[in-house]
Amino acid sequence: MPETVLRVRDLRKAYKDVVAVSGLDLEVQAGECFGLLGPNGAGKTTTIEICEGLTQRDTGEVEVLGLNWEANAKALKQRLGIQLQETQLSEKLTVEETVRLFRSFFHKGPTTEHVIGLVQLEEKRRSRVGTLSGGQKQRLALACALVGDPELLFLDEPTTGLDPQARRQLWELIEEFKRAGRTIVLTTHYMDEAERLCERVAIMDHGKIIALGSPRELVASIGVEHVVEFSVDSAAQPLDVAALRALEGVRDAQVENGAVRMQVTALHSAVPALLAELVRRNVKLTELRTHSATLEDVFVTLTGRHLRDE
Amino acid sequence: MSDHPLWQLTLVRFREFLREPEALFWVFGFPLLLAAGLGLAFRNTPAEVLNVGAVGTDPAAFESASTLAVEPFATIDEGLKALREGKVALLVERVADGSVRYHYDDTNPEGRDARMRADMAVQQRAGRADPVAAKDELMRETGSRYIDFLIPGLLGMNLMGGSIWSMGFAIVDARRRKLMKRLIATPMPRHYFLLSFLISRLAMLIVEVGAFLAFGVFVFGVPIRGSLLLVAATCVFGSLAFGAIGLLLSSRAKTIEAASGLMNLTMLPMWILSGVFFSSQRFPDAVQPIIAALPLTALNDALRATMLQGATVAQIAPQLGVLAAWLLVCFPLALKLFKWR
Repeated sequence: MPETVLRVRDLRKAYKDVVAVSGLDLEVQAGECFGLLGPNGAGKTTTIEICEGLTQRDTGEVEVLGLNWEANAKALKQRLGIQLQETQLSEKLTVEETVRLFRSFFHKGPTTEHVIGLVQLEEKRRSRVGTLSGGQKQRLALACALVGDPELLFLDEPTTGLDPQARRQLWELIEEFKRAGRTIVLTTHYMDEAERLCERVAIMDHGKIIALGSPRELVASIGVEHVVEFSVDSAAQPLDVAALRALEGVRDAQVENGAVRMQVTALHSAVPALLAELVRRNVKLTELRTHSATLEDVFVTLTGRHLRDE
Repeated sequence: MSDHPLWQLTLVRFREFLREPEALFWVFGFPLLLAAGLGLAFRNTPAEVLNVGAVGTDPAAFESASTLAVEPFATIDEGLKALREGKVALLVERVADGSVRYHYDDTNPEGRDARMRADMAVQQRAGRADPVAAKDELMRETGSRYIDFLIPGLLGMNLMGGSIWSMGFAIVDARRRKLMKRLIATPMPRHYFLLSFLISRLAMLIVEVGAFLAFGVFVFGVPIRGSLLLVAATCVFGSLAFGAIGLLLSSRAKTIEAASGLMNLTMLPMWILSGVFFSSQRFPDAVQPIIAALPLTALNDALRATMLQGATVAQIAPQLGVLAAWLLVCFPLALKLFKWR
């Protein structure tokens, strides 16, 4: 039975008139990478910052590494690795000076050189932080989270704002940490990130967890394997969504910005049926895409909105 | 030892400061330039030569007045034009009946001065004898010149600016960048963060005050009559008081703009009232108690008393008391209000 390193029960937090977290429960086991996935404003950052001891909760229980923040803040901080969203480290310091500063706060941990090696910034050791690229800065932030050899690593949106190549590089680093047996809790609003890195994902919306499980379980839970999206000649008459829903192998269909999105259980029968239907109605197809169902589709199915919606 | 968090934090303060060339200039270069400029502008010069115009008078009439440069004009109009343009401070006109008429602006000290000197020359040449014999013994003492007044004032002003700016900007910047929030997420003891500012500030003070005083003493011959140790202690004390004020001003501000507004609002009245460039005694008696309670007034008065009059600790105790009061009120208040994020 794996050890539980983070336990949150009925957590609630409100800012003035905005409820950020409303009754959240979660448990993270040692050695897993746990993801909080949700759109901006879902309460991910508030949740993770309460777990990090940075934000006061209103009510509920939070137990980190078997300890609570009220009585053990000092000891806990020694054992956690934290990366915050959008921290700008001092631009005038070098990479090495920055890591050495953070290392000095912890009783134990690897050497400065070792940590810089872990995040592959050896060549930038003597460069000023101000000269680093976005991806390099993010890796430096990661290094600052690793200096205390943490038992639990909190990463708040580690790849937000990075270009695809820098994101992949960061994912590879995080996968390295997973192989080394570290426990990681990360927040993200990228479904591909959660799918690739996390053993278990909690999908959050409006301060609550609306689905919890492995990415595969979550996708399976919505009962569709594929998603078909298509557009038709705009001159054509409005499509009959009800007729589309009745097609063989189609579970549901919606019109979105002039395009149609269908949740499909059997791709091999749904696509021919769709094409036949369009021919029968004499409608010209301008675009057709299909993909396997993803966490994004889980979110859309559960909330009717996209992760990236404003 | 080299990896003690307090040492690392203090190193960060030095690195950030030394890697900012503008900051270096404003802290070290600017005060020296200012002192040099003002020292030159207000240097004590030998009695100045005044320009005087003469119409219908022989310039030789003013021979006995060596401090007058006399320029003859052919007509009264030419002479008055030169007077209006400020080319001469006084126009001497010999009128037909043999009397002399002086044209000058009586609100202009140079005009009044020139009139006295010219009149003396004219009267002496006409045969006036002084009934009492007089002789000049010149005494030009250091310590009573404008530059002697100015150097302690500028020193006080620099200590105020340095403490408030360096404290305020670094703290507000760290808060704005969410760096402070990141730091308190680590096990860093929070008081180390504030202590690092204090240590770096006091270390920088040695260079700052040392360079400035050396400049005043060696270039302008400003005296330090009291104990050098007391001057140094006063500087440290003043810096602590202003550091506490800086901490208070930056305890909540989230943007540099908000903080610099607050800082300027605090410092501006003191630049004017606290006797940096001219004596605060020039303000009305009614506001003197308020002026005396300002920390910069206290610091400037204490520095002047020690440097120029050789005052002892006991003599500057009231000023040190004012600084202590500011420190004891602002520091706890700043800690109470301080926001780490």
